[in-house]
Amino acid sequence: MTTKSKKQIEVGEAVGIVAAQSIGEPGTQMTMRTFHYAGVAEQVPTGLPRLIELVDARKEPKKPIMDIFLKEEYAASEEKAKAVAKDIECTTLDKVAYVEEDFEEKKILITLEPSELETEGVVASEVAKKVKALAGSHVEHKDNVITVKPTTSSLRNIRRLTNKLKQVHIKGVERISRTLVVKGKDGKYFIRTSGSNLATLMKNPKVDTERLYTNDVQETARVLGIEAARNALVREIKQVLDMQNLNVDVRHCMLLADAMTMGGEIKSIGRHGLSGEKAGVLARAAFEETVKHLINAATHGDDDKLIGVTENIIIGQTVPVGTGLVRLKVKLG
Amino acid sequence: MVVIKMVDRIKFSLFSPEMIRKMSSAKITVPDTYNDDSYPIDGGLMDLRMGVIDPGLKCKVCGGTIRSCPGHYGHIELVRPVIHPEFSKVIFFILKSSCHSCKRLLLHQDEIDELARRIESDLEEEPKAKSKKRTECPHCKAKIAEIKLLRPTSFFKDGLMMLPTEVRDWLAAIPDRDLKVLGFDPHYARPEWMIITALIVPAVSVRPSITLETGDRSEDDLTHKLVDIMRINQRLEANINAGAPQLIIEDLWELVQYHVTTYFNNETSNIPPARHRSGRPLKTLSQRLKGKEGRFRYNLSGKRVNFSARTVISPDPNISISEVGIPNSVAEEMTVPIRVTSWNIEECKKYVLSDEYPKAEYVIRPDGKRIRVTATAREEILTTFGAGYVVERQLIDGDTVLFNRQPSLHRVSIMCHSVRVLPGKTFRLNPVVCPPYNADFDGDEMNLHVIQNEEARVEAEMLMKVHNQIISPRHGHAIIKPQEDYVSGAYFFTKQSAEFSRSEACQLLAMAGISRLPNPDRGEMFSGKLIFSMLLPKELNIKVKSKLQKAKDSSDDPDSLIVIKNGIMVSGALESRSYENEILEQIFHTKGADEARKFIDVSTHMLLDVISKQGLSVSLRNYSVGAENSKKLLEMQDDMKREVEAAIMQFKNKTLERSPGLSLRESLEEKIMQITSRARESAGTMVERSLGFDNTAIIMAKIGARGSLLNAIQMAAMVGQQAVRSKRLTRGYRGRTLIHFKRNDLGAGARGFVFSSFKTGLSPTEFFHHSMGGRESLVNTAIRTARSGYMQRRLINALQDMVVMQDLSVRDSRGVIVQFKFGGDGQDPIKANIKTEAPEEIKREEHDA
Repeated sequence: MTTKSKKQIEVGEAVGIVAAQSIGEPGTQMTMRTFHYAGVAEQVPTGLPRLIELVDARKEPKKPIMDIFLKEEYAASEEKAKAVAKDIECTTLDKVAYVEEDFEEKKILITLEPSELETEGVVASEVAKKVKALAGSHVEHKDNVITVKPTTSSLRNIRRLTNKLKQVHIKGVERISRTLVVKGKDGKYFIRTSGSNLATLMKNPKVDTERLYTNDVQETARVLGIEAARNALVREIKQVLDMQNLNVDVRHCMLLADAMTMGGEIKSIGRHGLSGEKAGVLARAAFEETVKHLINAATHGDDDKLIGVTENIIIGQTVPVGTGLVRLKVKLG
Repeated sequence: MVVIKMVDRIKFSLFSPEMIRKMSSAKITVPDTYNDDSYPIDGGLMDLRMGVIDPGLKCKVCGGTIRSCPGHYGHIELVRPVIHPEFSKVIFFILKSSCHSCKRLLLHQDEIDELARRIESDLEEEPKAKSKKRTECPHCKAKIAEIKLLRPTSFFKDGLMMLPTEVRDWLAAIPDRDLKVLGFDPHYARPEWMIITALIVPAVSVRPSITLETGDRSEDDLTHKLVDIMRINQRLEANINAGAPQLIIEDLWELVQYHVTTYFNNETSNIPPARHRSGRPLKTLSQRLKGKEGRFRYNLSGKRVNFSARTVISPDPNISISEVGIPNSVAEEMTVPIRVTSWNIEECKKYVLSDEYPKAEYVIRPDGKRIRVTATAREEILTTFGAGYVVERQLIDGDTVLFNRQPSLHRVSIMCHSVRVLPGKTFRLNPVVCPPYNADFDGDEMNLHVIQNEEARVEAEMLMKVHNQIISPRHGHAIIKPQEDYVSGAYFFTKQSAEFSRSEACQLLAMAGISRLPNPDRGEMFSGKLIFSMLLPKELNIKVKSKLQKAKDSSDDPDSLIVIKNGIMVSGALESRSYENEILEQIFHTKGADEARKFIDVSTHMLLDVISKQGLSVSLRNYSVGAENSKKLLEMQDDMKREVEAAIMQFKNKTLERSPGLSLRESLEEKIMQITSRARESAGTMVERSLGFDNTAIIMAKIGARGSLLNAIQMAAMVGQQAVRSKRLTRGYRGRTLIHFKRNDLGAGARGFVFSSFKTGLSPTEFFHHSMGGRESLVNTAIRTARSGYMQRRLINALQDMVVMQDLSVRDSRGVIVQFKFGGDGQDPIKANIKTEAPEEIKREEHDA
């Protein structure tokens, strides 16, 4: 026998259950702590909460993080890397200006801070333009003061508009709220960010797009496609486990990620995702929302073909796994 | 096991009222259960035609008794129909999608045809009716009525309430073809059947009444509910017959609806739950099925079994890892069926004839009759005894059993052991198999299952036997492995200085069952390595750096590089990694599971002897750093305090450097945390240095036997910073944790730094701070078990059907491909770590020689 076939997995092996156990069992040993990326984002979920987040296929992680690697010429020096980081970091209006309402006059005053504008490298007129794009009506720009006269007069709407104005995107990449230049193991500098925007950064010529990474798996799926998302999932799951010093074979993580992504979109583990789409009525009823599944099955006249594990356990038959997978090919009699 | 018949599929459908009446063996007419003589009333809810639950009575339908009669359905004729509450959403959907006047679907005929065609060709499931935009029916041009559902069961048409009769007539008039388009199979589920006219009454065996000690009967919740329905139904009938005003009739009708609704689901939103006299909400049909304690999860997905035992476990290092010690009392109680053949008939006869353990408890004749073996029955049994009989004999040594400890988080939580009957009252377990079960002996209990047929026995022995599970599929490393004292033993036994006299060597080898004595390698003496090598297979070649390499200063220390050449230990002292993983795993992969088991059994026996003779203890002295070091430690703590104070001063003067992205206050916290952790680190190096490597506590920590350096630091030097949510302590009073501190004191001591060691003891405030940290970790553990338990349940449920097929692809039960080749390479995680070649250097040396 060759070494390869010696190592081969056996046919019928219930790899799904083994994978689920291998990932689930260490869950009891995981910490609940959040991780602190100094300077970028606090309270990044790690351990069990992060694993649950991944498995739930949430629309957005609690703390999106990106690692931006730079092209050779920028990665070598800290200064150049810092300059890129500064370009990328998203600046909002309240960072460069003081925004206040004048309820008596029913208007909003935006006082620009010249020093801040300078450090951020933006011109006042540009700011005014962006404000105009949002507020639309009656925007006056005089020196360092932009006055907005909202069309609505209700105080609540003015406050709402003010809050919106404060978040107006002035410069940088949207959603990237913080950046930090980090020296990597190879001595090169890369940028770690809080917030994630894969699509925009893919277009940035200074960024080494091949290594650009976000921990937002859903975003990876949207921008780079499902296979990239599958790889990202494997990497994220493995990383969570590794960080806790829990040794789990990647193959288990791969099976989980493949199961979650096999339909072309990321499906969660649970009643709204994979488990909700299982073939058997009994299997779904035994998992969650028992009555709902039985009622639906009855109205549609559904069939349970008893092909899954749970269904056969319920009626007390051999489960189609391992030795139970073997069937007679020829029907006798 | 011979499978004669198998369930191929299960069809779900609705019962039509006609079907219910046809199935029913009793029409219930009396809203009562038993008469004064506690005999079931005819036509009552405990009618004998629905089965029996009282001993002595016979079922009027099948003639069976409690044991043999499965029970039969009955039915109640409702005077006025009511809506089945669980179907109200479905009914609502149909009403909205159809015309109130012509009862056709609110779609053009060609749209209907198109949808029907697509459903038949299986291209699309459940197409949505796009009838919302229309204002009139495309068939009869009637204006579309606005239908509203007031949960749970009231329907309104253009603001007017619809009676269930109205709803039923509407549903009944919808043609079959249109229903198919809505996703219904009208043959199995006509929508008008969702309105109840005949209510199924479950058999009495489904809702048995219980007799209390006082002799009173207590009826099942379902029976109570059915009585309610019957009562109101009769009152409604009486009122209708008496020509009562419509208002009263509708009120009663509504009341029947309420009782039927709660009969199906007593947790229906928007209506108050029906309650028992005691105020406890009734457990009705839906509640019986739902949730963890419901029928599905409690009785169908998990079943209770016979031939099982449970008791406390205790350790026994003298039995094999694949054995389990079973108390006499348990062995006498449990039985194994043995099929009598011409080859074992004498042995079987011996069991039948025997009066004491091991004896036969029962004999099953070829005709299936089971006879208890008693002194009187014995003779009669033996007259016809022969092949074809089955003897149920008591458990004896070597029988195959399954052993389990909850929570069963992974497959090694249930393994197959062979029986070893021992005196005592507990299950005995080799401590080496503790890790897979996650068991200890502080009162843990475990379960035992005796296998009852050959097929199961073979399968268990081949797949679940302990030695086949030595390597965990989770990471491909050993999970069944000697730990703690065995590791210490291995270290002391194999280190360079370990030498044994001839008689000692003989003794040790005898412990391992080896009778050949090698030639002494140290003059008259035998080195530990030489003796240990006797246990290793000749094929074993290992070269690994020891865990100790960094720990000890001298890199040319003979103990720090472990070399095994052709099964002979050349150098190195074993520690946890080399003993548990390298050697054990290689033996498993090269020599097989059984050899690995033997290696564990034999080496643990030997090492246990080594460690018990040499002795290994830890005392208070092990944690004394000496007067000089204590002084140094105090100085270090003073320095730390000063540093912290300085940082606080900087903070107050606003001269503290801000860390990127943090506020000044946060920067201070960060800085202090750095200072305190640095202090602990330097305390650590000091402890390590002053306790020295001759210290048993340190040795155990270093070789991975027990404890860690942190434990030693906390005991010998100081406990260190306490934290809640990874931050220094702040909770308690305003600006301070305890009143013993000044308000807004940011100093180390006030914010949870424990200067004392466990050896010197904690001051009251330190003790309090330490418990704050301790509390958090307790709370976290509780939350974590719940959360990870649910996550694992979901993972298992989502992935359980995935199996490797013949072509190595992974597919789910539907046959959908998940992976084209398992893990991308088709390799088994258990075998993935097999080292195919001898370590590079050993090979080269061989070549040179």
